[in-house]
Amino acid sequence: MKVSLEEVTKVFDGGVTALDALSLEIQDGEFFALLGPSGCGKTTLLRTIAGLETASSGSLRIGDRDVTRVPPGARDVAMVFQDYALFPHMTVADNIAYPLRIKKVGRAERRAKAAATGEGLSLGGLMERRPAQLSGGQQQRVALARAMAAQPTVFLLDEPLSNLDARLRLEARTFLKKLQHDLGVTTVFVTHDQAEALALADRIAVMESGRIRQLGTPREVFQRPANVFVAGFIGSTPMNLLAGECVPGDGETATSWGHQIDVAGVRLPVPEDIVTELTPGDKVIVGIRPEYLTESEDGIKGTVEIVENLGTTSLVTLTTTGPSVQLTVPEGREPEPGATLHVTPAPGRLLVYRADDGELIDAP
Amino acid sequence: MSPVQVVRRIGFYVFVALVTAFFALPMLWLVTAPFTRNPTLSVSWPDFTLGNFKHLTDDPNALPSLYNSAVLSLWTMLITVAAAALAAYALSRVRVPGRDGILYLLLLLSSVITGTSAMVPIFQLMFKLHLLDKDIGVILVMTGGLLPAAIFILKDFMDTMPKSYEESARVFGANSFQVLGHVVLPNVRPGLATIAVWAMVNVWGNFLMPFLLYRTPEKQPAAVTLNNFYTEGGQPNLALISTFSLLYSIPVVIMFLFVSRRYGFRFHGGIKA
Repeated sequence: MKVSLEEVTKVFDGGVTALDALSLEIQDGEFFALLGPSGCGKTTLLRTIAGLETASSGSLRIGDRDVTRVPPGARDVAMVFQDYALFPHMTVADNIAYPLRIKKVGRAERRAKAAATGEGLSLGGLMERRPAQLSGGQQQRVALARAMAAQPTVFLLDEPLSNLDARLRLEARTFLKKLQHDLGVTTVFVTHDQAEALALADRIAVMESGRIRQLGTPREVFQRPANVFVAGFIGSTPMNLLAGECVPGDGETATSWGHQIDVAGVRLPVPEDIVTELTPGDKVIVGIRPEYLTESEDGIKGTVEIVENLGTTSLVTLTTTGPSVQLTVPEGREPEPGATLHVTPAPGRLLVYRADDGELIDAP
Repeated sequence: MSPVQVVRRIGFYVFVALVTAFFALPMLWLVTAPFTRNPTLSVSWPDFTLGNFKHLTDDPNALPSLYNSAVLSLWTMLITVAAAALAAYALSRVRVPGRDGILYLLLLLSSVITGTSAMVPIFQLMFKLHLLDKDIGVILVMTGGLLPAAIFILKDFMDTMPKSYEESARVFGANSFQVLGHVVLPNVRPGLATIAVWAMVNVWGNFLMPFLLYRTPEKQPAAVTLNNFYTEGGQPNLALISTFSLLYSIPVVIMFLFVSRRYGFRFHGGIKA
């Protein structure tokens, strides 16, 4: 089912605004991520969809039904909590069957359904155990099974992977994506981990202080962050954000026709599609991912300060005359600390943000 | 081992033996005196007679008073546990301004309510309410005295339970009573058991309130009846007192053993029976 929010605002009793006139449309069957740092309102948004919080104003629809004031149990959603919230005094089977018990399904049918659902998530031999006797990954699957038993129109997952250890998290991620794909039910999940959001979601809403700062596919959000906040948040290696200024071109090369961007004394070409948007004197922030900086003859000059091994690549931090710059180099080509390096952005990978509001300068 | 250590060790064991004897003697008296024909205040080898028990059954109030005690304890326990569970859940989950202050105040006052200092006002209150000499009157007064501490203890249990349990049940469609019955109460069962036993033991041992509020001897519970065993000469009838005391203490011991096996005994909030 489609989930639509219109101008939803949530102000808590203490006066904290957790959601600020937020509008959003989540498509039927979509795997949707709410991503942002702690306190950005992503969990409040999820809880508002679940009905555990009531919007202070605005409206919320699931499918064609307005559920803004509908209590949680009548919304036909299922939620998996961060701590899984499995009932410790019930067996796995009773936990999975709980939504059916509330719906007054008969005992025999309940057990059969719980067994079938559990079987589908390879919980077959664990049905008579208590949650405390299960590993983290098993507990998560029980929580998912219980949510599935409710046969909801929307799944809500609060930080579904955060309670698992690092290796298990990757397995669970793949499992979760396959499960969502197989079920085809609209699923909204909350995460503070950008890698998780990029890996799982069909679309991501990046949030900050109760607002959506960017809404898009993982590719869009990764390649063209709409503002410096998103640019700084997305990517496992943080994007270089360098303050610069638009200056008249020196006319020496073809790319420097018109004007250029001066970053700490180094002239960088203005991306072609936004040439008309900039005039000399504009203060800008240049964004370039470490992965898209390459060694070259000229360009930004720096001294290698730190080399961090990331496995297949290494992250190199350069000190320049301006701010420090990070780039990744492939395996086996790590420079020695103290060496001098010139780097230039890969063609088409340079993003330019306005310095005053931090928004991306887009082609007109 | 040096001589000093030996002396020290011997001294320690003697001390422990004396302390143990000090506490064990009354217990020993309690189990020997009922089986002795003419018990005195000293512990002696019993005659293994059951005559004292027979004498006890001749007293028309003795055994029924144990039944009265059981009725009072059970009802007070049931009302206390039910009311405390509801109140503790509400206080734990709903934001009430000045909640902790109210709770501490209640706790403070409750020790006064069933105490000697409130004897006269309680008597007058019960008189005006026409609840004197009625079971319900005694039960209500005792429940009132126990509730604040019971709420306090149970609220502690409920505070430690993650809210996500209840929220999870609510999202699946459970109403407030289902949340309470399916999720909250089963999770605070050790707390409920603690309260239940504590309430029963409290009522079982309470002398003052029934003594004050009952007028008819036939309605008195065991704690008060125990006060009435005198010989014709006005001396305490040690045979009946010891025999009745033994019967009187058995249910409490059984209850403690049962709960201890079931839940492992602990007291919470520094409150003991």
